Amino acid sequence: MLKLLATIASKPSGALGLGLTLFHLALALLAPWIAPFDPTAQNADTILLAPNASHLMGTDTLGRDVFSRVVYGGRLAIAVTFTAAVIATLWGGFAGIFFGTVGGRVDEYAMRVVDAFLSMPWLLFLLLIISIGGAGPLTIIPTLGFFYGVAVLRVVRGAAMQLAARDFVTAAKARGEALWPILSREMFPNLSDILLVEGAMRWSWMLLAFSSLSFLGFGATPPTPDWGLMVAQERGLLSTAPWGVFWPCLTLSSLIIGINLLADAVGKALGLDRATAVAV
Amino acid sequence: MPSLILRRFGFAAFTIGFVSIVMFAAVEALPGNVCTSFLQRFAQGPRLERCIEQQGLERPAMVRYGDWVAGAVQGDFGYSLKKRKPINELIWERFRNTALLGGLAALLAIPFAIFLGIAAGVRRDRSLDLSLSGAAMLAMTIPEFVTATALIYVFAIVLQWFPAVTIVSPGAGFMQMLPNIVLPVLVLSAVLVAHIMRMMRASVIDVMASDYVQMARLKGVPERQIIWKHVVPNAMIPALNVIALTVAWLLAGVVVVEKVFNYPGLGTLMIQAIFDRDLPLVQAIALIFSVIYVGVNLAADLAALALDPRLRRKGH
Repeated sequence: MLKLLATIASKPSGALGLGLTLFHLALALLAPWIAPFDPTAQNADTILLAPNASHLMGTDTLGRDVFSRVVYGGRLAIAVTFTAAVIATLWGGFAGIFFGTVGGRVDEYAMRVVDAFLSMPWLLFLLLIISIGGAGPLTIIPTLGFFYGVAVLRVVRGAAMQLAARDFVTAAKARGEALWPILSREMFPNLSDILLVEGAMRWSWMLLAFSSLSFLGFGATPPTPDWGLMVAQERGLLSTAPWGVFWPCLTLSSLIIGINLLADAVGKALGLDRATAVAV
Repeated sequence: MPSLILRRFGFAAFTIGFVSIVMFAAVEALPGNVCTSFLQRFAQGPRLERCIEQQGLERPAMVRYGDWVAGAVQGDFGYSLKKRKPINELIWERFRNTALLGGLAALLAIPFAIFLGIAAGVRRDRSLDLSLSGAAMLAMTIPEFVTATALIYVFAIVLQWFPAVTIVSPGAGFMQMLPNIVLPVLVLSAVLVAHIMRMMRASVIDVMASDYVQMARLKGVPERQIIWKHVVPNAMIPALNVIALTVAWLLAGVVVVEKVFNYPGLGTLMIQAIFDRDLPLVQAIALIFSVIYVGVNLAADLAALALDPRLRRKGH
């Protein structure tokens, strides 16, 4: 693990990715100690102040401290998308290994359904589900987890198919091992690298998706401090008070870029090339 | 060959059927029904009865699904709860606007991206490639609403070249739309260019390493000719599928971009319908988007089939 981190940090893009990701995680964890003000406290006397000594990033339309809101603003998004990324990687990874190992008819029919799922615009589906189940994390986490899991399944299944043709798997089958020991002892340890990189990559795309949902008004609900929501709320005053929009945009983008660079660097350090992989 | 084409059409039909069933079933699975979800606490007495009668909810689900699909095929998507109008009256102008936006973005982005991808792939790991790949990474990871906000700040507020939000009267012609459409098209194009360029680059690098390109070099074929005659046509085939996949991105992105610019397209209509809990309208728009998406994928499949004789052999 330490060796992996050293390899990642040895390249500038990997070091930047690792640094940005750790920085944002630390910011989210330590938010109560870093933020000078309550991120939801409204104050009629401090509406739309330009950045100054006590309000480093100014204040918003309701007089709330932008710096405090920016510090808190990643918490919900990170928690929601991380949970969803773990769900997606677990179920997509397991199903992918299973279908890749089993092969045959079962695999063929399952892939038809997977392809059908991959060929629908999932954001529209998410919006449909939100319009039925209501906005909020309890709708968004399972939906994101499910849809991104389908994409994980596709990638992992391809890798598992190649692995299943190798001699040591054939040997295990010849020994008469049952399906489960083959999946858990022969297949999984050799695919965990791919799962790790896939999971990290999906996490960054999910952050993009969740913040877009928040921006549209279907993710975080006011008064929760959330970057996507902050941009949506303060956007009307872009010409007079750009600080309310600028900082959440910057932090959100830097987190997504950071995780993306990190996932790329982990993949390269583990010898997996993602250059041709498509973000689905 | 004809059977292959038929199979692609068959899969497209299967996908649309599957999507429509999932979308219909998702609404059926909700507690209550379309009317109670729309009326909320007013869902009682004559109002509820009228709504149930108007939506035909007293019939069994199978019959309603059949009617919904049969209607959709003929361009009749049912009745909007909030706007109290047939849905097809609401969507066609919106559809035209969204098609204009998406079509212009695709028309602009695809050739540009292919060209950039070739340039980057041919000069792999040199400064041009590195800067293009870096820019593509940024365009892919930064959310559309952030890119849009940045463009609005620069071009609408500081420079005041284009309007920040779309202001057109319904039924506006193309020339009236044009200044309003520049910024949204730019935002969508940026994402498209990034994805397609990356794929084209990877594909070009792949082909450059192949034996036949090596052979052409050994024969002394000029580099320019190698690139345009041997590399580019072969690199195009895998890129086609990504172009189709990126259209999915475009469709998802269009919702966000339309919202940022308050553009009168299907995306903003869908968001409004979700806020109004107008499920028939949401379903109709989601179905239209899905059909477009599947259609584009089908077109890419058929184009790949036409370009690559290897795909036409048995076993594919």
